[in-house]
Amino acid sequence: MLFFSFFRTLVDQELKNGIEVKGFLKSMDQYLNLKLDNISMITDEVKFPQLVAVRNLFIRGSMVRYIHLNPQSISTDLLQDASRRGK
Amino acid sequence: MSGIAAPNEPLDMIRLSLDEKVYVKLRGAREMVGKLHGYDSHCNVVLGDAVETIYEVDDTTLETKVSTLCGCSKKQTRTNKLQTTTKKSDMLFIRGDSVILISTVSE
Repeated sequence: MLFFSFFRTLVDQELKNGIEVKGFLKSMDQYLNLKLDNISMITDEVKFPQLVAVRNLFIRGSMVRYIHLNPQSISTDLLQDASRRGK
Repeated sequence: MSGIAAPNEPLDMIRLSLDEKVYVKLRGAREMVGKLHGYDSHCNVVLGDAVETIYEVDDTTLETKVSTLCGCSKKQTRTNKLQTTTKKSDMLFIRGDSVILISTVSE
């Protein structure tokens, strides 16, 4: 639940799962499933040409490896306190 | 359990590593070093100034022609070179299902 509420406070980010996608986080749920809008970059356009025309995307949470975040949009102190409390 | 959970849970070790540099071993021959900013019970982790190292074996097979008395035959030599790729990220969320271990790192 911690990261669910954590991500809800963020707007813009990039994520990565073998395919790399960058877009605006539209919504997310308890499984960390993501809905992204305005996909602005898909790295491997040669490997995945079917994704070039895609503008918005649902990603099953379990397929996510990393999510790159904008450090300016994160309060590390608040995140550390929330992790200590474990909520 | 109220407030801070009972002591000596395995995750308490990670709590003590908050705001410290940690080493995270990941599935797929990847490892990550960075400052631990957050974690939860699934081992989802947020690292700052993360450096990722990916290990790959470059498994290329080289074919060289060897001339013998009865003509030409091909000789295969295998080179197994270990390749490492490093990637940097200012702030990174790692999904817990790819985490193998989390450890503190001495600087």
